Amino acid sequence: MSRTGATASQAGFFSRLGMAMKLHRQNFSGSLRGLFGQPTSSLMTITVLAISLALPATFHVLLKNGKAVSQGWNQGVEIALFLRPEISDSRAEALTRTLQLRSEVAATRLVSKEDALQEFKSRSGFGDAMDFLDENPLPAMILVTPTRAHSSPDSARALIATLAKEREVDVAQLDLEWVRRFQALLQLGDKLALALGLILAGGVVLIIGNTIRLAILNRRPEIEIVKLVGATDAFIRRPFLYTGFWYGALAGLVCWLLVTLLVFWLGGPVSRLAGLYQSSFRLDGLAMVESLWLVGAAILLGLLGAWISVSRHLKAIQPQ
Amino acid sequence: MIEFHNVFKRYETGHEALKGVNLALDSGEMAFLTGHSGAGKSTLLKLIAVMERPTRGQVIIDGANVGRAKNRQIPHIRRKIGMIFQDHRLLADRTVFDNVALPLVIGGLSQRDINSRVRAALDKVGLLNKEKMMPITLSGGEQQRVGIARAVVNKPPLLLADEPTGNLDPELSAEILKLFEQFSQVGVSVLVATHDLALIARMHYRTMTLRDGRMINTGLEE
Repeated sequence: MSRTGATASQAGFFSRLGMAMKLHRQNFSGSLRGLFGQPTSSLMTITVLAISLALPATFHVLLKNGKAVSQGWNQGVEIALFLRPEISDSRAEALTRTLQLRSEVAATRLVSKEDALQEFKSRSGFGDAMDFLDENPLPAMILVTPTRAHSSPDSARALIATLAKEREVDVAQLDLEWVRRFQALLQLGDKLALALGLILAGGVVLIIGNTIRLAILNRRPEIEIVKLVGATDAFIRRPFLYTGFWYGALAGLVCWLLVTLLVFWLGGPVSRLAGLYQSSFRLDGLAMVESLWLVGAAILLGLLGAWISVSRHLKAIQPQ
Repeated sequence: MIEFHNVFKRYETGHEALKGVNLALDSGEMAFLTGHSGAGKSTLLKLIAVMERPTRGQVIIDGANVGRAKNRQIPHIRRKIGMIFQDHRLLADRTVFDNVALPLVIGGLSQRDINSRVRAALDKVGLLNKEKMMPITLSGGEQQRVGIARAVVNKPPLLLADEPTGNLDPELSAEILKLFEQFSQVGVSVLVATHDLALIARMHYRTMTLRDGRMINTGLEE
């Protein structure tokens, strides 16, 4: 014979759902209050995390700006064809028109000997000295702008090789070598930023993991008790995951602030420097999307670190 | 409610805590478990609460072989068991109310249900006026009663108590056993491990005795 007086508590689905959401809200804000409960150590951790994130983020911003600068150079590709000194102006004009007909060429501009002299006088500062010369020593020059399709370093080089074969051309010049080197450098920077980002992301995961580990050990008696009264692992895990979330989110925000301040601080000098090169280039900070990515990635890293730590250490805590 | 079939428990240290224990406890039955310290009382309770696994034999709670339960089933088994400890095991940084509410919060009940059930449980143990206090400010007997309120708040079919009167004077001990009696009268199985033989002598309940890991008296008439 058995009496059936008592059964364990059961709750309906909707009241469970409502309660589960309430628990989430409590954990969400409770874990944040937990961080503010120990402001010094939390602040230190968040700062360390933010600096770890700020390094690759700053690298990214610098690379982005470097690319923006070199993009401008690439679009302004001009091939300079210096003509032989004995070529007459009329022949130079004829060649200019012929070149204009080529499919690779977007525009041509003839700089005659006379134009070149005028330009040299006005620009070089040696203008007066030129007056003492009997003859204009400067050659005529044709500036060839390739079409957009032929502006890449490789096809521009192919074009220059063809143009150099024209009989009238003495020297063909394309000042692209250093652009290519700069771009190779940027590509290297890309790889470096990626490697740096991965290493420091690993660091962030480890730092958060260790912080959560300490939090777990601190609350060991509490964890044992809630396990005894029937808490599932998910229930115990949740507040720690939220702690990881907050560490990530706050570190992401502080990192964003650091990078933005840095860009602001460097912005003035960079504009001045660009001004000296007749450029209106301005240092670009983190765009909205990039900022969201930054904070989002930081949150994911926080959750990941917390998850790894919780799944490793929670099993070890069993009630005695 | 509880069945042990030829249960052995050997710890990794080689110590054999239980040697072929058989026992059965019905629903709504109240029994004492006695024996010297080291006789295996604690191990037996831990096997019921799945804090330890049997080396051999079967431990069956409410029809389920908990010795073979998967880890993720353990919380659900424990929700059927109200546990009471000698050292109370209360959360020091939560109020009496929050401590008692813990099993209900874990069970996902609504706030309204939690409020009414916690108050009912506190009323039962006579601590309704102390719900906002911290456990540390209560006397030992009061803390023990908070532990009891927490154990019964989600109306589990089984109550386990490990030396529940260990630090209490005889009068308080008797009060607490009165509470257990009342729970058993409404259908809860109650198993109380204690070595307080004077206490047992005054109560006329079934008494099981362990010695060196063997059940030498199951407390049933031959």
